[in-house]
Amino acid sequence: MSVITAPAAAPTELPVSRLESLLRARELGIALAILLVFGLTTLNNHAFARVASIQQLLIGAALIALLGVGETLVIVTRNVDLSVGSIVGLSAYIVGDLFKYHHNMPVVLGFVVAIAVGAAIGAINGFVTTVARVPSLVVTLAMLYVVRGVDGLIVNGKTIDPGSIPKAFTAVGYRTLFGIPWLAIIVAVVVATAGYAMRSFRSSRDLYGIGSNPDAAVLAGIPAGRRVFTAFLISGSLAGLAGALFLALHAQIDVSGGTGYELAVVAAVVVGGVAIFGGSGTVLGAALGAVLLNTINQALVASRISAFWNGAIAGGLLLAAIAFDRWLSLRVARSLQSAEGAHRDL
Amino acid sequence: MTSDLPTMTPVKHSHSVVENGNGAPWRALLRWESALVVVLIGALVFGSSESPNFLNPTNFFYIGMNMGEVAIMALPLTLVIMTGEIDLSVASMLGLSGTVMGYLFSNGWSIWLAMAAALVVGVLGGALNGVLVAKVGLPSIAVTIGTLALFRGIAEILLAPRTVTGFPSSLTTIGVVPIQGTQIAYSAAIFLGLAVVAGIVLHATPLGRALVAIGLQPEAAQFSGIRVNRIKIWLFVLSGVVCAFAGILLTLKNASVSYDAGTGLELNVVAIVLFGGVSIFGGRGTVIGVVLAVAIVGALQQALTQMNVQPEVQNIVIGVLLLISVVIPNGGEAIRRIRDRARRHA
Amino acid sequence: MHTARTVRRKVTLALAVTLVGAVVAACSSSTTTSPTGSATATSAKKGLTVYFIPKDTQNPYEVIADKGGQRALQELGGKVVVSSGTQDTAAAQIPSIQAAIQAHADAIVIAGNDPSALCPSLNQAATAGIKIVAFDSDISCGSSPVHLFINQANTEQIGTSEVDLLAKAIGSKGEIAILSAAASATNQNAWIGYMKQQLKKYPNMKLVSTVYGNDDPATSLTVLQGLLSAYPNLRGIISPTTVGISTAAQYLDTHKSLLSTLTLTGLGLPSQMKSYVHDGTVKQFELWNPDNLGYLAGYAAAGLASGSASLQTGSKFDAGKLGSYTVLAPSATTGPSVVLGPPTVFDISNIDKFNF
Repeated sequence: MSVITAPAAAPTELPVSRLESLLRARELGIALAILLVFGLTTLNNHAFARVASIQQLLIGAALIALLGVGETLVIVTRNVDLSVGSIVGLSAYIVGDLFKYHHNMPVVLGFVVAIAVGAAIGAINGFVTTVARVPSLVVTLAMLYVVRGVDGLIVNGKTIDPGSIPKAFTAVGYRTLFGIPWLAIIVAVVVATAGYAMRSFRSSRDLYGIGSNPDAAVLAGIPAGRRVFTAFLISGSLAGLAGALFLALHAQIDVSGGTGYELAVVAAVVVGGVAIFGGSGTVLGAALGAVLLNTINQALVASRISAFWNGAIAGGLLLAAIAFDRWLSLRVARSLQSAEGAHRDL
Repeated sequence: MTSDLPTMTPVKHSHSVVENGNGAPWRALLRWESALVVVLIGALVFGSSESPNFLNPTNFFYIGMNMGEVAIMALPLTLVIMTGEIDLSVASMLGLSGTVMGYLFSNGWSIWLAMAAALVVGVLGGALNGVLVAKVGLPSIAVTIGTLALFRGIAEILLAPRTVTGFPSSLTTIGVVPIQGTQIAYSAAIFLGLAVVAGIVLHATPLGRALVAIGLQPEAAQFSGIRVNRIKIWLFVLSGVVCAFAGILLTLKNASVSYDAGTGLELNVVAIVLFGGVSIFGGRGTVIGVVLAVAIVGALQQALTQMNVQPEVQNIVIGVLLLISVVIPNGGEAIRRIRDRARRHA
Repeated sequence: MHTARTVRRKVTLALAVTLVGAVVAACSSSTTTSPTGSATATSAKKGLTVYFIPKDTQNPYEVIADKGGQRALQELGGKVVVSSGTQDTAAAQIPSIQAAIQAHADAIVIAGNDPSALCPSLNQAATAGIKIVAFDSDISCGSSPVHLFINQANTEQIGTSEVDLLAKAIGSKGEIAILSAAASATNQNAWIGYMKQQLKKYPNMKLVSTVYGNDDPATSLTVLQGLLSAYPNLRGIISPTTVGISTAAQYLDTHKSLLSTLTLTGLGLPSQMKSYVHDGTVKQFELWNPDNLGYLAGYAAAGLASGSASLQTGSKFDAGKLGSYTVLAPSATTGPSVVLGPPTVFDISNIDKFNF
């Protein structure tokens, strides 16, 4: 009986170093781009390099980077989660409402509730996608509408004012540790954990297999349904966490919280090197993509270029990123072919 | 081999239609469209039950007027999705073309030249999408998210924060008065005319059959001589032009334009097309289904507004409709699968 | 403020009684007595339906205003239907205008998301006999249709007082910026126009930038941070929008070191700004009572629909507990309008007195 190796393990000896180095180059490339933008802007406006400005850069990117982690997991499996923005708004409001009426609620409970709300919606997304076999684009698009609608009904014209949120909770939004904002630390921990898991655990590496070749993955015995469901569950939970952090950061919430985040996250993730058709990409890349896009946003303003240029530049960057990715994957494919050829000759 | 049978993530749906013979797809389609007819009747009954004035011609005029631009944009999107691609930049092109028209008009151009320029912008934008997707080979979901941001960004650079008004009243009345002697909105009439053309092309010409083939079996279509790339480029150009035209209509209807015209409409358009029975994977769907979907959504929104139901509920309704539109066809298969699996384990 | 209202009520009552006498003498027609006790032939009809169409159904400021309108129509034995969309666009408001036409409403009170896009639909409503009142954010339709604008305060006064407030706080010297709402919002642009004019009186103050937060906390925070990094020598920020000022206040509250050089003022809701005033983050800001704005608009709409109010310059109409209001002459930029009153300056001495 022939042994069918799971696709995730397929690129083993020869091509892996080339693959890995190309992938690592992507993260490095983005990091370099961030430094470049930062440097150019600072030349123009020294205030950009102040501690406060750098803290702002980190905080501004934090939520999108966090959402990017969950989105990466989902996109790697050849799916997409468009409901994250609505989840942020809903969980932020629910936690805010709880604080308003139970001012003594422990801060941790606020985070737990937020994550639970996100997890519930993520579970629905995952269930409908895997069991009912509905394309995730459609499921999460529908959930985007439904969750926004539910949020609107719950909020009902009210707003949670800063006075209602305990200071201990909002402290997460602005306190720093050795100058690094807590918000950035939390997100960095999530990114590091997810990144480590994606590289080391078999179940996470399965995600890549599912994304590169779903049929082969199933034939190789990967429990694809369970893995994809878990990916959506995590994406939803992280979106819920992002909602709690949103509330901590802004100390107020109304119905508009989180609107439009979904497209910003997908853009950040793609710029960060995650292939939209799945199978490759890292959470670190996604997080760096978020930092890059946010840095450019703030750099434009700091350079006193009209803020009206943001959208066009973001769009252009995204197109450049996917074109570059295409070129990169063609190179990888070619190198894999030549490696296979070399392998076969052995 | 593991007994964990496929609950895999959806992949290109090549299998289901290959199983059916030539006549069967028609039967399958007609089932969904008939269901839509029933839903439409239900929506009209629902509307008139709560609001006595619902079934009068003026109300139909209003529905036509409100839905006009979204409906017009849904037609080329239907053709694009039929070939297995997607165009999320439709609303941004609508905004950009209106912006260009307004910008030029406010700088002294004649209104007709300004409109022509707006259409040219549609051609260029559509060509950009088409070339990136068909020639360069980039995934359309990522490309059109990029152009969504890019087009909107260019509009922002051109016009923000101004609003252009003062369009010639002979043209602006067209959007708000019905056609002489009837209660049909001009945009509704244009939509129906375009729908007839689209329907004929899709269902009764070789080109239409080619589109279906591209959606179902891209490689086979390529090998059978269909110029897949050229067709896709032209489809995106068509989408760009039609959305530009919709942008002109919207600007005239509002008698004003600002850079954020139509923001967020792309999701509405996608939702309507999917609800109309067009498969997100391509190769399945009818123009009649999309027309019915437009009518249903228009009638429901009008009914809900007149019953003074909160607009958030409308969001929920659209989301649920979207879910239903995909769960029901897939649900039957899912139940069969679960039954098979249970039988196998028994 | 309480005493002023009582005085005004007495004056209104006296006026009303005199009018009643005059009318009875003139045409011996029956008089209607409204529940508040001011009996007058020029009071509004009963059973009116007024459609309130705010910018969207969720804006907290507008929600308060709509409630004021509901209160007004309740006093008059009529009813209010609040209808709008979820997005701040004209397209989202048009179905509500259509619903008002279909329901044969007597009047529409609308806060325009766009100065011109609503005109055609409102014109249709006017042709169907519906009276048009704009509040909070005006529409610009010329004579098609004609409408009454309920201005929360004198537009010019809002602009000039904002600049004056800030100037006093920063010694009339330094770079300042404006954190606004949506770039197309009529009221914002009108106030900013007057601010720029007033700034000419302070040659040592320079407006370096205007940024747009779209009435969204996340966007407002982003553009605020951009401001601070682009202009490190900024001395003052005016944010004439409740979302903008509360976002900026929260940021300053958590970065108190900025307060040594930066002063924030603007238009804010006392309920949102209370904690910031108490801990010194914001010293002064302005607003008016949005509930009163909606209440006045409700009475104006009812009056127009009943014929007891008109758009003629100098004509008066009754506004219940707020007393009598006079229609002001049209200007170059506005049609006939009514002004609620001067803005109230909130600071530590009075902020606890208000609950909106």
